[in-house]
Amino acid sequence: MAPKRCSKWPDPSQEEGLAQEEEEEDFALTQRSSQVQRNLQRLSGAQVDQKVSELVQFLLVKDQKKIPIKRADILKNIIKDYKDVYPEIINRAGRTLQQVFGLRLVEIDTKHHVYILVSDLVRLEGENLKQDHLTARLGLLTVILSFIYMRGNSAKESDVWDMLKRLGVEPRKPHKLFGDVKKLVTVEFVQQKYLEYNRLPSTDPAEFELQWGPRAAKETSRMQILQFVAKIQSKDPKTWSTQYSEAAAEVLSCSSSPPGDVGGDSQGPRRRKPSVSSSSPHGAL
Amino acid sequence: MAAQMTDGHRRFLQVLMSHGIMEGSVARTLHKDCCEIHKVYYAHDKLDDFISVVNLHLQPLFMQIRKGMSEDDGRTYYALVNLAETEITKMASDYTENELELFRKTMDLIILSESGFASSTNILNLADQLKTKKMKKKEAEQVLQNLVQDKWLSERDGEYTLHTRCIMEMEQYILNNYQDLARKCNICRSLAIQSQICETCGIGMHLPCAGKYFKAQTEPHCPHCNEFWPHEIPEINRPDSQLSSSASTERRGPSASGTRRR
Repeated sequence: MAPKRCSKWPDPSQEEGLAQEEEEEDFALTQRSSQVQRNLQRLSGAQVDQKVSELVQFLLVKDQKKIPIKRADILKNIIKDYKDVYPEIINRAGRTLQQVFGLRLVEIDTKHHVYILVSDLVRLEGENLKQDHLTARLGLLTVILSFIYMRGNSAKESDVWDMLKRLGVEPRKPHKLFGDVKKLVTVEFVQQKYLEYNRLPSTDPAEFELQWGPRAAKETSRMQILQFVAKIQSKDPKTWSTQYSEAAAEVLSCSSSPPGDVGGDSQGPRRRKPSVSSSSPHGAL
Repeated sequence: MAAQMTDGHRRFLQVLMSHGIMEGSVARTLHKDCCEIHKVYYAHDKLDDFISVVNLHLQPLFMQIRKGMSEDDGRTYYALVNLAETEITKMASDYTENELELFRKTMDLIILSESGFASSTNILNLADQLKTKKMKKKEAEQVLQNLVQDKWLSERDGEYTLHTRCIMEMEQYILNNYQDLARKCNICRSLAIQSQICETCGIGMHLPCAGKYFKAQTEPHCPHCNEFWPHEIPEINRPDSQLSSSASTERRGPSASGTRRR
């Protein structure tokens, strides 16, 4: 049994130092497709198939944990000596994921080449809801995303904690479901690209704000979150005219992503396909 | 016959993948829902055929939806497994080297034990003997919790055994690496982690398989050496709720009441 090392939390200090390496890599990896085709000639079909399978599995395993996948990790762990046919391998892996799993490989950071998997299938309310610690987290996340959105797409961290405190969730008290909530919200959700956590300039002591991350934007939509808020407050979504027009504009501009209104409400970000449990306490919103 | 993947198949696969392992009746409901949502042809007793279509497409990826039996209750479970036998691929990216070493040593204890269980005390004692990197007992306790949550181990009364999902995924690996040390059930011929063993000739049986084989026999005898079978026979509660997945050649056991061996 050959165990593989894993680093659970990416080392932030490595991020900056990669710039030059990435540039060189980019040059090697973005060859013209004619060149890639020539490179493929020297390899057997079976060799390339093997790499495609390994990459598909790698992507699936990482995504099950909602860890965004860095191209650097793909190259190091899977591609290795096959860098010159990388475009072919990644394209075929993407096609396989769509055809077999209904998952789309999406690059959420084109500068640092970071990927996530997004489902092509419409998510349905209460679908095979697996009530576990992950689903509960998504409930918490939905509440936070809603709060951020209704505050105009950005909220001060201290305001978020004030809101959560009314729900019995506090940053300095270990929570029986969420554990270290401060870490969950400001570290884990950020690493999973559900939230962005930025320092507010000219604040001393430092203050931070929270915004939606790229995964949140891909897995749910402003319209869905607005509908969630509206449902809780038993109001028409159009009551909030600013948020409504923003949400409508987003729907119109995203022609390829699943609208999520087929087959019932779908609210909030999701794990593999259960929708967010709407058991999150409402009062605060 | 073109076996096409439909969105119904894809949804089934996505949901199964998120659960890791799924009990038979839950899988059947999921099958029905997926077909209804995507307007795919549905026949209530054709789950195995439905799964075969998915497996056809998973084959080139060295993955498969496998059907197995729980050693506790004899019920059928479905899990998405990795066919590559050389490493614990799925685990490998979730756990650090010393965590994997702890898991392997735990697996050793479990497989070499008579009951198929390893006590938490014995496992924690391994923690500071790890070759890769020593681990404190507190850390090891957390790792065990994670392993249970991820369904590699299951826990009962402070003792640990392999989760059904783990057995389904690693059966081939275990048989290859432990060889004669790993027991096989005399009735269904699959790997048996928990088993009843004949004290005379040494053959073993899964508890649900024993329950089914010895059903209603007042004086059970070993099928191999004919000696009196010295163990309490698990009771079969009711016929397994699956009515008709009879097309499969997989083993299945009745629901046993999970009577513990002495």
